[in-house]
Amino acid sequence: MVGSILPLALEDITLRRAGKVILGPLSWVLDGAGITVVMGPNGSGKTSFLRAMHGLERVNAGRIAWAAPLEAVRARQAFVFQTPILMRRSVVDCIAYPLRLDGVARKTARARAAEAAAKVGLGAMLEQPAQVLSGGEKQKLALARALVRGPELLFLDEPCANLDGRATREIEAILRDAREGGTRIVMSTHDHGQARRLADDILFLYNGRLVETGPKAVLLETPTTPEMTAFINGELLP
Amino acid sequence: MNDIWQGLAQALRLVLGLDADLIEISGLSLQVSLGATLIASVIGLPLGAWLAINRFRARRVVIAVLNALMGLPPVVVGLFVYVLLSRSGPFGVLGLLFTPTAMVIAQVIIITPIIASIAHQAIRDLWADYHDLLISLNTSRAQRIRTLLWDGRRALMTASLAGFGRAIGEVGAIMIVGGNIDHVTRVLTTAIALETGKGEFGLALALGFVLISLAVLVNLAVHFLSRTERSGRW
Ligand SMILES: Nc1ncnc2c1ncn2[C@@H]1O[C@H](COP(=O)(O)OP(=O)(O)OP(=O)(O)O)[C@@H](O)[C@H]1O
Ligand SMILES: [Mg+2]
Repeated sequence: MVGSILPLALEDITLRRAGKVILGPLSWVLDGAGITVVMGPNGSGKTSFLRAMHGLERVNAGRIAWAAPLEAVRARQAFVFQTPILMRRSVVDCIAYPLRLDGVARKTARARAAEAAAKVGLGAMLEQPAQVLSGGEKQKLALARALVRGPELLFLDEPCANLDGRATREIEAILRDAREGGTRIVMSTHDHGQARRLADDILFLYNGRLVETGPKAVLLETPTTPEMTAFINGELLP
Repeated sequence: MNDIWQGLAQALRLVLGLDADLIEISGLSLQVSLGATLIASVIGLPLGAWLAINRFRARRVVIAVLNALMGLPPVVVGLFVYVLLSRSGPFGVLGLLFTPTAMVIAQVIIITPIIASIAHQAIRDLWADYHDLLISLNTSRAQRIRTLLWDGRRALMTASLAGFGRAIGEVGAIMIVGGNIDHVTRVLTTAIALETGKGEFGLALALGFVLISLAVLVNLAVHFLSRTERSGRW
């Protein structure tokens, strides 16, 4: 067993797409425990930022340095996409899939998947095709699948967009559990309430730049930049 | 029109009377075409999947060649296989010419591009859906291919069935490499060609109806078998 894959150091990373800079240059260190919430208006680069850390986007400049070899890094993190990607399988088989990849026997994998499904409230629909679930159920399924390997680091891209209060509450409870269990979480949202409820730290992106970052209490109460102040006050940013 | 009714009646007589020759050539038809479909699927399905998920320089060329091969005239394939297998050819020592094996070889060459090409399209679409997830889950290349083949199995079955349809109705290539030898390499299509040539339209039509029925039956059987595996919405 290798030590922690964290800290993760981003050094002046820049993403250029279609001829323009969509993220960066940006430097940040991801370390410690808890939940970091990435905030910012639409198009500010939240998705790109999370995907770049997870290795789904190639950076055009800068460095991404992990504390462990890449193989361990890839195997010990998970990602929940803004729109869930579900396989054409039953709920239980969707959740069992990452375990099957690790070579866990079918029976064991399905038993563990059933447990994970029960934890997110999908215990009664194990054999349903994943594609017929409601939006909230799909998000929970994606979350259960992301957690089933017990990742050290979990990225979530707006996991509660389009969900009602109850589904949001359930997902937030699962995330708190995961945090208690020692999973380091980085998630994006533009729901201020969610940031207040869940965040330990907040990171604010605007136009692809990291504008402010720090502990929730400090940042939400006493923002220092005009962009963050306006965003928190609910003003519509240009 | 009269010929058609007579053909139908004769087909019924042959089938109901369990005509020995009919059973033999139908059996060989199925054996050759199913064998060719099986082999072509084993080659074509993973090839299609592999082409769908790998980006390499010659990829477009390979796909273009594959599409071109789909339209390959069977007679040309037959001729090609004939030359390779004839006594003076490079594989002449194997003594395969005018055997069912030679017919399977020719049909494999004809239908592998079809199966690979249809599989490629289906898997490419599925890969577009699954791409980010499979990358995120840190899958190996082999795991990706296996996953896509499994989750795309319905579309792949259709690809194989398209190949089978082409094979069972094919006559040009197997006529050349099989020789339409009675009790050895005669199959439904070559028998139809022979009887038509002799002016025996009734018998030719009867064999034609049997051929169509067999093709439909195989398709139904495959669909039925895949339906029994509890089906979801996909
Ligand atoms: N592949 C790409 N090609 C061109 N532009 C891109 C590409 N990917 C992202 N962008 C642009 O980069 C910017 C940031 O996109 P991103 O999806 O990261 O924003 P976001 O903060 O997640 O937005 P939202 O809140 O709407 O989800 C957007 O303006 C987007 O149009
Ligand atoms: Mg986004």
